Amino acid sequence: MPTDIQAPSFDYAALSPMFIVFGAAVLGVLVEAFVPRRSRRRVQIVVSLAGLIGGLVAVVLLAGHSSLEAEGAIAIDGPTLFLQGTLCILGAASILLLSERSLDSSGGDIVTQAAVLPGSREDLQLSESQGIQTEVYPLALFSLGGMLLWPAANNLILSFIALEVLSLPLYLMAGLARRRRLLSQEAAVKYFLLGAFSSAFFLYGVALLYGYAGSVDLGDIFDATGRAGSNEVLLLLGLAMLAVGLLFKVGAVPFQAWTPDVYQGSPTAVTALMAACTKIAAFGALLRIFYVGFGRTEWDWRPMMWAIAIVTMVVGAVLAVTQTDVKRMLAYSSVAHTGFILVGVIAVNREGLSGTLFYLVAYGFTTLAAFAVVTLVRDSSGEATHLSSWAGLGQRSPLVAGVFAFFLLALAGIPLTSGFMAKFAVFQAATQGGATALVVVGVVASAVTAFFYARVIVLMFFQDPAPDGPTVAIPSAYTAATIALGLAVTLVLGILPQPVLDLADQAALFVR
Amino acid sequence: MLQNYVPVLVLFVLAAGFAAVSVGAATITGPKRYNRAKRDAYECGIEPTPQPMGGGRFPIKFYLTAMLFIIFDIEIIFLYPWAVAFDQLGLFGLVEMVLFILTVFIAYAYVWRRGGLEWD
Repeated sequence: MPTDIQAPSFDYAALSPMFIVFGAAVLGVLVEAFVPRRSRRRVQIVVSLAGLIGGLVAVVLLAGHSSLEAEGAIAIDGPTLFLQGTLCILGAASILLLSERSLDSSGGDIVTQAAVLPGSREDLQLSESQGIQTEVYPLALFSLGGMLLWPAANNLILSFIALEVLSLPLYLMAGLARRRRLLSQEAAVKYFLLGAFSSAFFLYGVALLYGYAGSVDLGDIFDATGRAGSNEVLLLLGLAMLAVGLLFKVGAVPFQAWTPDVYQGSPTAVTALMAACTKIAAFGALLRIFYVGFGRTEWDWRPMMWAIAIVTMVVGAVLAVTQTDVKRMLAYSSVAHTGFILVGVIAVNREGLSGTLFYLVAYGFTTLAAFAVVTLVRDSSGEATHLSSWAGLGQRSPLVAGVFAFFLLALAGIPLTSGFMAKFAVFQAATQGGATALVVVGVVASAVTAFFYARVIVLMFFQDPAPDGPTVAIPSAYTAATIALGLAVTLVLGILPQPVLDLADQAALFVR
Repeated sequence: MLQNYVPVLVLFVLAAGFAAVSVGAATITGPKRYNRAKRDAYECGIEPTPQPMGGGRFPIKFYLTAMLFIIFDIEIIFLYPWAVAFDQLGLFGLVEMVLFILTVFIAYAYVWRRGGLEWD
């Protein structure tokens, strides 16, 4: 005789940020299907921004909430809400970047037909056509929805689903650049193949951990690590496989090889989304999995993370020095920053968690705005990303060069910028957590990163511009608003960081 | 614990052995008369090579059909167990399933409006 199945209880209010963003994405698909082509772009921008701002409002209304939802599969707590709020703001900023149309002569940096063979006759026609592509809005929203879900996932299967939901649209969006189609398609294929490979690692790790704990719930796995006599081999192998999947998404060495190619080939607005939002979501998931699921077995994974943090900082900083392309340089700089954030993760204390959360906010806004500045410097073939063409930019356009220099200084961690406070927070936490050696490496690596950031600044201000160099395009309100937002946050977090530090401190408690 | 896996291991060995024996036997005993079609890579649908001059276009009809089939497939995977346990799942199950099917329908509405259901 079958018994009645208990319906799971859902607190829909607690899940509302994700519902709103996913709802806006589905609405975006309907807009693509039924709204006439003329007004589609305008409607999509409104729907996307409304969805993300609605998500942000829902997060603010939920402030202080802390509970497990959906039978323990989703954790709505301080870190989740803190990161979801950040992701909503940064997501809205990247939607603005995607909407920019006045920089490129043909309108917009997103190609209409991404499947056309690069270099063919159709491809040449395509780069001159005035057509626009609006499917990118629902794609971005689906990806952002996955990013909101990932830091909240308290169950490894849900974590995997969130990872795929955020990744699949990104693979596609990487191939949508209007200029330099071949590089863009190469970026999409590389990202897809390597991403699928790392997802497989993640899934294999989930399977092994299920074998170890008999559950995919992080809470159950934590309980299982306290019991004697379980199969340690399954735990260690599963943990390592899981770490491969997570470290790939955050772009840590030795899983960083995709970063420069994908960041360079993707449309710069998409690169900004990837560099800022994906990293935040991935670190949110990494923090939850390691702090909640493996909080008791930290001696199993801390040595591994030590090694990875050191190599990531050193390799990111050293390879960035040799780059000749702005986007590749920013990609390696993001690898180095992954290493700095890992230093905060390794602290495994409350200060480490709050420091990492603060670092993610500071890094996200600065990086997004730095990529937004990269879209402004153009020559006849689109964005001029080669560093040599940035020489003397300070004479042509002091404002843009000055703003970019400020972002670079923030990324280098100069006092009075958000980067300094963020590095201070994670390094302090790591010192308290007993990782002083790591902090020493971090400071040295910071000095190396400061060298190549400063090199770009010298190039922009103390060299003469080439006669046929690029010009600085005048952006519309979309890009201007994004840069202004990044500038304001970078400055305010550098001068008055205390409110956000307090917020991160209050938020830094995982629900179990 | 690990004894439970012995049947799986045995099956794995048997499967690998069968594959090796049949491929080996076919290679040794089978006649070898090659022609052009036989040397081609095994592909169904469109011909992957040679590409048209200048790397022109190729039809994606088969691909679209396959993608649509996958959506149907996933829908059915969820519908079957729900249909079996329909009366026990009650109103909650019904509402969830309606929401799920509605979301899938939105994908269909998109495909239909964008001409994905037209063969030519």
